[in-house]
Amino acid sequence: MTALALPTRRDEAWRYSDLDAVASVWPVPAPVRIDVAAGESAQHHLLQDASDGGVAIHDYVIHVADGARCDFHLLNVGGKLGRVTFDVTLGRGSHFGLNGAIIGGDAQVLEIVSRVNHLQPDATSGQTIRSILGARATGSYLGAINVARDAQRTDAFQSVKAMLLDRTATVNAKPELEIYADDVKCAHGATVGELDKAALFYMASRGMDPATAKTLLLKAFVAGVFDDMGDEDERTRFEAAAIARLEALV
Amino acid sequence: MLTIDNLANAIDGKAILKGLSLSIGAGEIHAIMGPNGAGKSTLAYTLGGRPGYEVTGGSATLAGEDLLAMEPHERAAAGLFLGFQYPVEIPGVSNLQFLRESLNSQRKARGEAALSGGEFIKLAKEKAALLGLDMEMLKRPVNVGFSGGEKKRAEMVQMGILDPKFAILDETDSGLDIDALKVVGAGINAIMRKPDKGVLLITHYQRLLDYVRPDFVHVLAGGRIIKSGGPELALQLEREGYAELVAA
Repeated sequence: MTALALPTRRDEAWRYSDLDAVASVWPVPAPVRIDVAAGESAQHHLLQDASDGGVAIHDYVIHVADGARCDFHLLNVGGKLGRVTFDVTLGRGSHFGLNGAIIGGDAQVLEIVSRVNHLQPDATSGQTIRSILGARATGSYLGAINVARDAQRTDAFQSVKAMLLDRTATVNAKPELEIYADDVKCAHGATVGELDKAALFYMASRGMDPATAKTLLLKAFVAGVFDDMGDEDERTRFEAAAIARLEALV
Repeated sequence: MLTIDNLANAIDGKAILKGLSLSIGAGEIHAIMGPNGAGKSTLAYTLGGRPGYEVTGGSATLAGEDLLAMEPHERAAAGLFLGFQYPVEIPGVSNLQFLRESLNSQRKARGEAALSGGEFIKLAKEKAALLGLDMEMLKRPVNVGFSGGEKKRAEMVQMGILDPKFAILDETDSGLDIDALKVVGAGINAIMRKPDKGVLLITHYQRLLDYVRPDFVHVLAGGRIIKSGGPELALQLEREGYAELVAA
């Protein structure tokens, strides 16, 4: 792979990134390729928990052949920059699922950038992203879905929800659709919120200290992201890592 | 036990309580009645420490401890329970998890050992049975999808598990049919009618007081207690309404 020029902010996929951090590791290695053969099912996951101050960039190029299925679980919590990208191409009747959580504090920049290409008919894709950001952290989800002219009966959804713990934290949520077929379903939703103050008072009135109450609400917010991980040990590891990161934030 | 002296507060700069004084001894149940907008719920929230309910004067102590100096969760650990008129829904957090964390937070604040999972479930089962609430309900998220009556029963189960010294129950009777009212009334008596506990019932209506007999009844209007008496005062209010009393 040829070394590409350092990205700039003009490039939409890099607009919210930490370009100084990117420069420190540039050029990044070639992307990881995942090929799921026709009719097969694959589960992949990444727990991105680079050390404090570290820079982690993970790029995936995923090809899901006809009738195949690929489910990816992602927990993006580590480093001063943690960036995970997906370039997915879907064959006829195939499926791609991405369940991701971003949990960040300090001045972390944590990003999920996806491009899902529906090139053939009858493929489905689903992306569920939950972000929790405190202090001066920035969390971004940039998700493009391209539906080619031949990709009739495409069914795609993006569900993006973010919770800001401090007014100084930033979230960018950008589902982006480019559709050239006429018989498609593409649902997308993005919400940004804060912890429910009424719930926090209710919990306090029962004696729960503020940190416990916040952690419980945040756990409920990200609950479900890792529910359908096939490997139970891995699921336990992901959930424990998410909770540990949450507890450090509140 | 609960002593409120000349309490004044403001919400968004608007005065609501204007010098409210009330003293409730151990073993006593008091009822506060009053017209809409009198400040009844404001009194409950102010004593509970709800953010935005700014105290502008006076004092409130529970068993000699300064309530107003404490954070809301510290007030609970000190023995205060606030029954909500509109219990809050918390999706994704089960009642059991909610209550176990609450109880163990309180115990930790008091320097007591945490209850184990088994001990807690035993306690929860006992209190749920007392209020006729199915244990399955307690496995569901807090108040989510509960009917009005189920929410109030669940509140009383919470009270039973947390076992407070003092309960302020804000319109716990609203939204209850007669059967549920009987169960909730019996629950309040079973949990709180004890020589070392006290209750402040906030209500619009006499009907709850048929099941939970108050020792004293107070009328709150315009941010102050304007009349106090025995149980007969509630009956008089039911007959005559508040208009005459408030105008006087």
